[in-house]
Amino acid sequence: MSANLVALCYLVASVLFILSLKGLSHPLTARRGNLFGMIGMTIAVLTTLAITRRIDIAIGALAIGGSIGYIVAKRVEMTQMPELVAAMHSLVGMAAVLIAIAVVNNPLGFGVENPIPAGNRIELFIGTFVGAITFSGSVIAFGKLAGLGRYSRLFSSAPVVFPAQHWLNLALLLAIVGLGLKFVSADSPTAMWPPFLEMTAVAFVLGFLIIIPIGGADMPVVISMLNSYSGWAAAGIGFSLNNSMLIIAGSLVGSSGAILSYIMCHAMNRSFFSVILGGFGASEGAVAANGEQKAYRSGSPDDVAFLLGNAESVIIVPGYGLAVGRAQHATKELAQKLIDKGVNVRYAIHPVAGRMPGHMNVLLAEAEVPYDQVFEMEDINGDFGSTDVAFVLGANDVVNPLAEVPGSPIYGMPILEAHKARTVIVNKRSMAAGYAGVDNPLFYMDRTMMVFGDAKKVVEEIVKAL
Amino acid sequence: MTGTIDHTVINLTVFVLAIFVGYHVVWTVTPALHTPLMSVTNAISSVVVVGAILAAGPGTLDFGSILGAVAVGLVAVNTFGGFLVSQRMLEMFRKKERK
Repeated sequence: MSANLVALCYLVASVLFILSLKGLSHPLTARRGNLFGMIGMTIAVLTTLAITRRIDIAIGALAIGGSIGYIVAKRVEMTQMPELVAAMHSLVGMAAVLIAIAVVNNPLGFGVENPIPAGNRIELFIGTFVGAITFSGSVIAFGKLAGLGRYSRLFSSAPVVFPAQHWLNLALLLAIVGLGLKFVSADSPTAMWPPFLEMTAVAFVLGFLIIIPIGGADMPVVISMLNSYSGWAAAGIGFSLNNSMLIIAGSLVGSSGAILSYIMCHAMNRSFFSVILGGFGASEGAVAANGEQKAYRSGSPDDVAFLLGNAESVIIVPGYGLAVGRAQHATKELAQKLIDKGVNVRYAIHPVAGRMPGHMNVLLAEAEVPYDQVFEMEDINGDFGSTDVAFVLGANDVVNPLAEVPGSPIYGMPILEAHKARTVIVNKRSMAAGYAGVDNPLFYMDRTMMVFGDAKKVVEEIVKAL
Repeated sequence: MTGTIDHTVINLTVFVLAIFVGYHVVWTVTPALHTPLMSVTNAISSVVVVGAILAAGPGTLDFGSILGAVAVGLVAVNTFGGFLVSQRMLEMFRKKERK
């Protein structure tokens, strides 16, 4: 194959990748989009195999990795999507690091001059650095999301903070830049190795350190950010190898992750830096514990069944509690029963509900809730006032009316206005404060009824009582 | 002006334009599909498998080609798994239940 033909094949693949993202603009075109992505990837891989001298090892490795991927993709539960995505980000990061090492080891094999020109070294440095941070950061994110906190404090979903944390991170970052400069200015291939490997090692450590202080409910931002990093790492490798397709694909992914991070931060009314610096919610529950005991009304699932059964319109607000309790199927059953009775049932989704962007939508889709019953915050917020019952299932901060009170820690965060409904039913496991550590006045309103217990159990009992 | 354009400049051109394309395309993605967006982009970023295959195949079996093979194996998990799990998720997004 001529180099031009290869470049053209890569161009076709790049266009298919763009179309694949474009397809996700609507659920109807999304599956076709995904198919475009698969075709693009197939073209990319086959073209590369065609120009590689020795392909038996690569095909063997593809078969092994591919089989693992296939099995994981078939078996993973939808509630485990956040940790799966985190694990996959880590793989891309690690692969970028390994490729960069291989390039330093044998530049000619990749069409790069030997000794490697300074420009390529800078690209390699950036690709490796970003790849290493993506890897170790994603490993921590995976641990936090998969609930490995009980095995190691590093994976605790509560923020891990220690004195001078940010200064240490800054020092490590400066060390990485210093080692990078040494790598770029090294005058022989052998002199390049020590700073390169040291830099990689420090970057791995930095990746761990920047994710451990970030708490569980900030995970939607972290996972989007790591998504972005994995893209930039791929683009960095593309620069080193002068491969436009890698640059295009990497940039698409990088900007996608960056936009998602922005949307998530916006939905929490917090700056990207305040999330990344972490430590938010470290004093979890402190406010609730110190506050005076306020009166609230609690009811049984039978009471809820009565309220729901007599309502004309119901909006269900799902949150992380629904994911933890795996209550999506029970919820759908409840909604179906109500719809059969003639109740208008809709779902309201806050952008940061759950542990990753779109988490709730996927869980509801898995339970076969038709997507035209599921509404985004802006589209449904105006309707709470004319709704009989708002049923909050395991959500807390995203329905906290304190967000409208100046001076409160969550002031300015856009919320679902569940408190405007005629009756509010809240299912939680206990009265503990939410992630933000702020008490929620919604729970103490006269129109609010609390139902305590695991989301799935409670919903199943309501269904029985209906 | 004399001389040929450096590779890095061409790469930078492609890079900047691709970011623009990415920016505009991603804003059209519906929020309901943000999780599939992450898994699809994840699968797309596994296109670094191309670099890994090159690393694995210089002809002789050495340190670099072993690293390349490991990289191919790791990232192939995404290449296959990423698209398949996206497909599984997207299958679930339907307007009405089929009866």
